[in-house]
Amino acid sequence: MTSKSAIAIEKARAEGRAALIGYLPAGYPSVEDTIAAGIALARNGADLIEIGIPYSDPVMDGPVIQAATTEALAKGFSVRQVFDVVAGITAETDAAVLVMTYWNPVIRMGVDEFSRRLAEAGGAGLITPDLIPDEAAEWMDASDKYGLDRVFLVAPSSSPERMRRTVEASRGFVYAVSIMGVTGARSTVSAAAKGVVAAAKDAGAERVCVGLGVSNADQVAEIAAYADGVIVGTALVSAIRDGGVDAVASLTKDLSAGLTRK
Amino acid sequence: MAEAPTAGSDEGSVDAFLQGGTSLRHAPGPYFGSYGGRWMPESLIAALDELEDTFEKAKADPEFIAQIADLNKNYSGRPSLLTEAKRFAEYAGGVRVFLKREDLNHTGSHKINNVLGQALLAKRMGKTRVIAETGAGQHGVASATAAALLGLECVVYMGAEDCRRQALNVARMELLGATVVPVTNGSQTLKDAINEALRDWVANVGNTHYLLGTAAGAHPFPAMVRYFHEVIGEEAREQILEQTGRLPDAVCACIGGGSNAIGIFHGFLDDPSVRIYGFEAGGDGVDTGRHAATITLGKPGVLHGARSYLMQDDDGQTIESHSISAGLDYPGVGPEHSYLADIGRVSYEPITDSEAMEAFRLLCRTEGIIPAIESSHALAGAIKVGHRLAAEAGAEGKASDKIVIVNLSGRGDKDVATAAEWFDLLDKDSAEAAIGKEGEQL
Repeated sequence: MTSKSAIAIEKARAEGRAALIGYLPAGYPSVEDTIAAGIALARNGADLIEIGIPYSDPVMDGPVIQAATTEALAKGFSVRQVFDVVAGITAETDAAVLVMTYWNPVIRMGVDEFSRRLAEAGGAGLITPDLIPDEAAEWMDASDKYGLDRVFLVAPSSSPERMRRTVEASRGFVYAVSIMGVTGARSTVSAAAKGVVAAAKDAGAERVCVGLGVSNADQVAEIAAYADGVIVGTALVSAIRDGGVDAVASLTKDLSAGLTRK
Repeated sequence: MAEAPTAGSDEGSVDAFLQGGTSLRHAPGPYFGSYGGRWMPESLIAALDELEDTFEKAKADPEFIAQIADLNKNYSGRPSLLTEAKRFAEYAGGVRVFLKREDLNHTGSHKINNVLGQALLAKRMGKTRVIAETGAGQHGVASATAAALLGLECVVYMGAEDCRRQALNVARMELLGATVVPVTNGSQTLKDAINEALRDWVANVGNTHYLLGTAAGAHPFPAMVRYFHEVIGEEAREQILEQTGRLPDAVCACIGGGSNAIGIFHGFLDDPSVRIYGFEAGGDGVDTGRHAATITLGKPGVLHGARSYLMQDDDGQTIESHSISAGLDYPGVGPEHSYLADIGRVSYEPITDSEAMEAFRLLCRTEGIIPAIESSHALAGAIKVGHRLAAEAGAEGKASDKIVIVNLSGRGDKDVATAAEWFDLLDKDSAEAAIGKEGEQL
């Protein structure tokens, strides 16, 4: 099965670099801004884009992303608008666009229905922070049916057995959590990240991307040395909060410079 | 042991579940029907595995069983009494009403049963720090107590709104050496405190145990928390047989997350003649949108690690719950309750704030017992159930042959300010208002 995420990461690899993955919460500060910022991400060096669905109980998110998604919800963001965001970005760019979502909104819409609409919008797949393969039977079926990527997370605490199971269930890439904690910029990259990537590779992963706590080009360069992709979230959310789409564009340009630094 | 008479024939479905010979008491998780499971970040799965493993080994370890029994007896004051409430019963159709007195436990509620068990498990895992969420403050106080007793560091997350409603419990926790962190996210109540505790746990899982206070969350929490509360139902069953020579016709408990309820229910699940009732917080009324009647009006979804009934909108966003009782103000419910609701073994019904507060006042006046507002929902439900049972007994005048057990899950000392405010607002010229004002002046 072809994977849009895999194609995007392999394209970067062919250019001798890691891929850059940028996160934006849908509807923050508005749906139009998310689309414009997503396009700016792609045009300034992001290979994949991760669009988050604002959710009432985001247990894996730190204060910056919580504040943004809470504001989006307060302004009336509705889940179906995520498909408008995905379609708006894929219409203008070649970036692979994934949706990052806590699982209950998907269950509520119906896993099949959600998957069908995501595929129709041109989406690449889903990143699922609170769905583990053990509970994912319905999503496994729907993602096969609609050709979507299944990006599960692995963590420093994952046992070798769980690592194998998660890698096996994933398609596109495996999301390596760099640190035991929630989203948010940190001054140094956790030493654990490199070990998680190695463990995932040992378990058979072809592509492993690292996220959580990555906020500047130096950190991007450090991770790009051993991972297939680098995921930046909170720093981009702060950028759009403080400087709008232009700030996202210029931060992305900075971050992407880290990808090729030796 | 006396054999119970069969209950009314309209309850035939209650018998059906036993015909296959399976015991509802055997419910080890992770799933209860289609509910339960582990809808959790991968980062926490290893900790859940470790906890499950430690718990399973402890259950099979006579030393652990003896430790729990010793603490229950010599620290918590178990067994808790089963008190017949004769004057209260006159308002419940004339049936006999018995109160399972969890309010008499050390720290004033059933919560102590669970925290002692989990704190011992934390020690077994070599963890030095426990974190907890709290709504009314009862679980926070209980956690702080267990942590003090066993020499563990304790941090309690509490919604800022709940800190205001239960300021004295914040002081209690601090006196016991715990750190209380007010949570200002979302609705600033119990669900948001759980979110914040989960964020702490992800970051500190190496030395920290999350001492979840209710029979909800990811496996093994629902089955494990229930295990520590099953003593309520086991004692109540033995006590009612001793005092009356037979099983009750009905057992009533209040449901927030549902830990006190699942604890007492388990003693009677396999007794088909016993009807079981869970009373949810109906808030201003289930047709007003301001309530916490999760099973009555919710739809299945996932929150805080388990699939269960959930108050949610069409987008799957959690709806903020409302109840006068901080301990029931939770938009989710333990997964085993969802299962017991679906198979019809337990009936779940809403009780409004007003009904609960009337029952609160009634128990104070008739029995000299100030109940927690949470438990007052069970009392209000028992009044309804009592009248139904009396109506069934009919003209023969045998209402007094019917027996209802109410789990009085906590005492109401913490709720006196809320109650005074409530009765002032409703009835400004009443004697209660005058007494309330005098009380404040004192």
